[in-house]
Amino acid sequence: MATSKVEGSSSLRHAFGGVLSVFILLLIGVVAFSIRLFSVIKYESVIHEFDPYFNYRVTQFLSKNGIYDFWNWFDDRTWYPLGRVIGGTVYPGLTLTAGTMWKLANSLNIPLSVETVCVFTAPIFSAFAAWATYLLTKEVKGTGAGITAAAILAMVPSYISRSVAGSYDNEAVAIFALIFTFYLYIKTLNTGSLFYATLNSLAYFYMVCSWGGYTFIINLIPMHVLLCIVTGRYSSRLYIAYAPLVVLGTLLAALVPVVGFNAVMTSEHFGSFLVFIIIHVVALVYYIKGILTPRLFKVATTLVLTVGIAVCAVVVAILVALVASSPTKGWSGRSLSLLDPTYASKYIPIIASVSEHQPPTWPSYFMDINVLAFLVPAGIVACFLPLSDASSFAVLYLVTSVYFSGVMVRLMLVLAPAACIMSGIALSEAFGVLTRSMKFHITKYFECSHTEAPAKLGESTSTESSAPLENMTKSDTTEKPEVARKEKVARRKQKKEKELTENAHVKPVSAKKEKRPLVLPLEASIVSVFLLIVLGGLYVLHCVWAAAEAYSAPSIVLTSHSHDGLHVFDDFREAYAWLRHNTEVDDKVASWWDYGYQTTAMANRTVIVDNNTWNNTHIATVGTAMSSPEKAAWEIFNSLDVKYVLVVFGGLVGYPSDDINKFLWMVRIGGGVFPHIKEADYLKDGQYRVDAQATHTMLNCLMYKLSYYRFVETDGKGFDRVRRYEIGKKHFKLTHFEEVFTTHHWMVRIYKLKPQKNRIRGKSRKSKLGSKSTSSKSGGMTHKNPWN
Amino acid sequence: MECRLPFSLVVFCLVILSSTVRSELVISSVEKFVDLHSHIVRVVSFLKVENQGPYDVSEFVLAFPDAQAKNLATMLVIYLEEGKIIYSEFPINSTKPKLKQSNMTFYPVTLPKKLEKGKTAGLDVYVVLTNLLKPLPKEITQAESQLLVYTDNIYYTSPYHIRNQSIVFRLPGRIESYSEYSEMRLVESELRYGPFEEQPPFSYSPVVVHFENNNSFAVASNFVQEIEISHWGNVQVTEQYTIIHGGAHLKNGFSRIDYQANPSMSGASSFRTLVARLPPMSHSVYYRDEIGNISTSHLRGDSQGTQLEMELRFPMFGGWKISFSIGYSLPLHDFLFESDAGNNVLNITFGSSIEEIVVENQIVRVVLPQGSKDISVKSRFTTKKSQELKYSHLDIVGRPVVVLEKDNVVPEHKRYFQVYIYYKFNNIFLLGKAMMLILGIFLLFLICILYMHADLALSKTSSWEEETEGRK
Repeated sequence: MATSKVEGSSSLRHAFGGVLSVFILLLIGVVAFSIRLFSVIKYESVIHEFDPYFNYRVTQFLSKNGIYDFWNWFDDRTWYPLGRVIGGTVYPGLTLTAGTMWKLANSLNIPLSVETVCVFTAPIFSAFAAWATYLLTKEVKGTGAGITAAAILAMVPSYISRSVAGSYDNEAVAIFALIFTFYLYIKTLNTGSLFYATLNSLAYFYMVCSWGGYTFIINLIPMHVLLCIVTGRYSSRLYIAYAPLVVLGTLLAALVPVVGFNAVMTSEHFGSFLVFIIIHVVALVYYIKGILTPRLFKVATTLVLTVGIAVCAVVVAILVALVASSPTKGWSGRSLSLLDPTYASKYIPIIASVSEHQPPTWPSYFMDINVLAFLVPAGIVACFLPLSDASSFAVLYLVTSVYFSGVMVRLMLVLAPAACIMSGIALSEAFGVLTRSMKFHITKYFECSHTEAPAKLGESTSTESSAPLENMTKSDTTEKPEVARKEKVARRKQKKEKELTENAHVKPVSAKKEKRPLVLPLEASIVSVFLLIVLGGLYVLHCVWAAAEAYSAPSIVLTSHSHDGLHVFDDFREAYAWLRHNTEVDDKVASWWDYGYQTTAMANRTVIVDNNTWNNTHIATVGTAMSSPEKAAWEIFNSLDVKYVLVVFGGLVGYPSDDINKFLWMVRIGGGVFPHIKEADYLKDGQYRVDAQATHTMLNCLMYKLSYYRFVETDGKGFDRVRRYEIGKKHFKLTHFEEVFTTHHWMVRIYKLKPQKNRIRGKSRKSKLGSKSTSSKSGGMTHKNPWN
Repeated sequence: MECRLPFSLVVFCLVILSSTVRSELVISSVEKFVDLHSHIVRVVSFLKVENQGPYDVSEFVLAFPDAQAKNLATMLVIYLEEGKIIYSEFPINSTKPKLKQSNMTFYPVTLPKKLEKGKTAGLDVYVVLTNLLKPLPKEITQAESQLLVYTDNIYYTSPYHIRNQSIVFRLPGRIESYSEYSEMRLVESELRYGPFEEQPPFSYSPVVVHFENNNSFAVASNFVQEIEISHWGNVQVTEQYTIIHGGAHLKNGFSRIDYQANPSMSGASSFRTLVARLPPMSHSVYYRDEIGNISTSHLRGDSQGTQLEMELRFPMFGGWKISFSIGYSLPLHDFLFESDAGNNVLNITFGSSIEEIVVENQIVRVVLPQGSKDISVKSRFTTKKSQELKYSHLDIVGRPVVVLEKDNVVPEHKRYFQVYIYYKFNNIFLLGKAMMLILGIFLLFLICILYMHADLALSKTSSWEEETEGRK
């Protein structure tokens, strides 16, 4: 009678809790979505930065021409004259997702533009990511931790920086895919269900479609599997979680054109295959162990080991030989720079020149994950109490992502979910312990006043207490691996605590608990809860501030607050609009590669290089042209059929990320391919400067001239507000270029190549061209221009 | 000095028009004012017509050289009799003579009241012409002013005998050069030729005025206006413009330093802002182009109307092009009325909301609510009309769209002509979509409930976990 009453009340409580958690999750989704709308409210609904413009353009193409044309799309607007096969070189996940969303809305006659869908894709998927985090953390440490982690992830600044409305980049959907894949892996590991294993491969497929970061998954999961095997946690569930993922996942990954045979041919994937072999060997060993007597098993082990080592040695030798035979040792440049942080800056200036490929600084950790940095260690401790397959995975995920984020600031994004999960666990555990002890004290106070038996109190707390405490006490008794497994089963069935498989196992626990109730003093727990709430409040404040102030700027529109109000710098779009409307459709525009995507998307003009830095030589050609004197630059550009040259100049208004500040990279990248460009020629005593002290080469290169042409006439002195000094060469004329457009704040300047002087028509022209090329060769610069 | 039209042509014309000319109308006096202040040429002619024939006359013929007739945007004729204004607008029905040699276009005007013999009546003809001002030189640098040439007939082109006439050019500023005639006067910026006495029909003598005009030469090569009617009480107007600076082309590139250092001197021929006059009570105004919002604009509103001052992304120089779109919402009750027959009458103003702009091709798409029937359009001028369907906001059968297309639209179209669209609409359709949404959400919940209660498992102990546990 009494038990049924308790059961009834508890089921009601569970139902209420279920509804409440659904409601909380819904609110978390709303928070995740709306905190990312600061950019739309403060600025406008517009695509941000550089790469999103390319994705937007691809989505436009997809929505206009359909999926089949998309796969076959050869884009002749970029990398002129090479072009680019977009369908085969792009991760299609994001584009297909937004395209599908757009199509769905349009089929329901909801008039949404492609741009609107693209702008809001990232916030929508942030909500999904928060829910996926809930699921993952729930598998690791229970519902409470799940909800806490989801709430933390919904507003972690690191993730916000990549997923505000308008930042339509691969990471926007990839983080969701990453977390969801991990969730399904853990789910499969916990249930051993083949259904989840299949879903896991599909989620992995979506991740492969979305982001190059999928290699993180395909290396982390094998690492975890290996860890489980090494620590003696092998089970058939582990096998089901891993083997289908490798087989199905690799097959599916190979379907994505951009990955293709890389899924089996590059070293990033070799780890997974190795572990695949190992898990099979281990499975075989476990099977044989089951059917053989211990003595026979020993004999078999020695036999297999000797043969196995020999075979392994051969295989490893072959692998090493294969890997060593490829020039980059089978690793792509970006992945190599992960393993060896100095690799990129040593060998690939084009990778090193991207700011997001630099290692992060300590303040950026605090900026991006804030208080989570302090909560993470607590979370790790909580994960070890007790260590299950799932929690060991969480720890492993955190540790590896910490390492990777230390290598490349961009991968801070991968760290964020791990940090959120850990902090969620830590906070939830802390709250659990504190509130339980508060409850214990309060109930004791009431019970004492009602003079009831303390024995009953112990029982009631044991039924009411949630799993972690029980686990904590139980962990003392877990010595044999078998017990660990049973304990896992028990943890999965938290809801039915009373139906624990072995009553005998529970009894000592409750007995123990009565002796050592693991409670803190009431005052201490109240203060601690208060402090934790303050900590959470600080975190929320920081996140809102970061979302509103730090990460919402679309970077194509700049604003500044001055005494007479808000000032808007809309120069980029001014220039792109001018190019779009006042140049011929087939004109080629040369600029540094940063502005390639924007030029093709916003101005709809053909560019020479863009942000997809796949051809180093081509970029080096543009870099060489920019660092050459006017005449040589004109020849390079003319041979590339360029009609307009676009430079970004911040000297008038103090916009620091302009081409003069990026110029050293142009020199380095150009010099890497064309050795006549030497970095030393542009540096005065090892210092980069454009004032009167600057070198002759620097003051005569095209970039300097195009940036500062007639700049001195603005204030009479030529004071550069970014560099904070007067420029070196003030009065000069352009001989081979003419200014055709400069934006309102001079941030973008567009020049046109002057037509060749005294052009001779007909036969004589050919001979002239011929003589020119030979003369340039005789000048000793044979490697000057690859397009001649 | 005077050169007549080829004699044969005059004869042809006379033969063709014999029926009307036979009536022996004589124009006793004409005063023609040509306003050259903007790139739209506005010509007002005050005519006094005398009937000297034996019959009453009900028709008067206006004649224009083809060069003008081709660019004639609109014409307004006011008929005055004995000082009494009989205001009337005449639709332009061009009756072109079938003769190929003729370079004249004739517009017969049916008089509202017959002109009795011996009587005199006044006729004010207001003509708006476009594309007649030619830049000379065709290319100028940023620092130069824009010079335009206007060519016209010094005599009033008419199939009637004219006793006394004069022509006045009103100019915006400096005059570079002009045709010399004995009877001429230049007072400030007004150039007057005449009076000329007793000229036979189709007298012709060219007059050329070369003058400075730096007013904004905005030509919308393409203008699409979409007016979406919602019977919930809102009209959403979207206007898409492609605007070209139709004046002298810019040569030698654009220099920002010159433009900024002395804006009045440099770039005089360019324009940076356009002003749109939106109807009163306009709200939710936006101004953007295909790459996002254009942040440089000012909105001022009063009871007379709302003024949107748009600064373009870049200053427009000769030959430059830009495109953008503006949109705004209006209360429905200002535009929709109910006719006696139970029809809804939609009253729309044709033409661009931007001031002083020539629209080469305008398309107006009026999106009526879903379920509208019996649609008819009434307008005072000829437009190409067609109908199509548009699907938006959860439509099922689609909204009927009335498409009106017209070339060469000037601000006068907006001022003087209204377009009326009649249609029938049952207000019960308004609830349709709300019901649809309610039903949809209801079905969603129903499916959820059914799914939660249905047991789709094949066996009760399907879980592999439980089976293995059971074995233990």
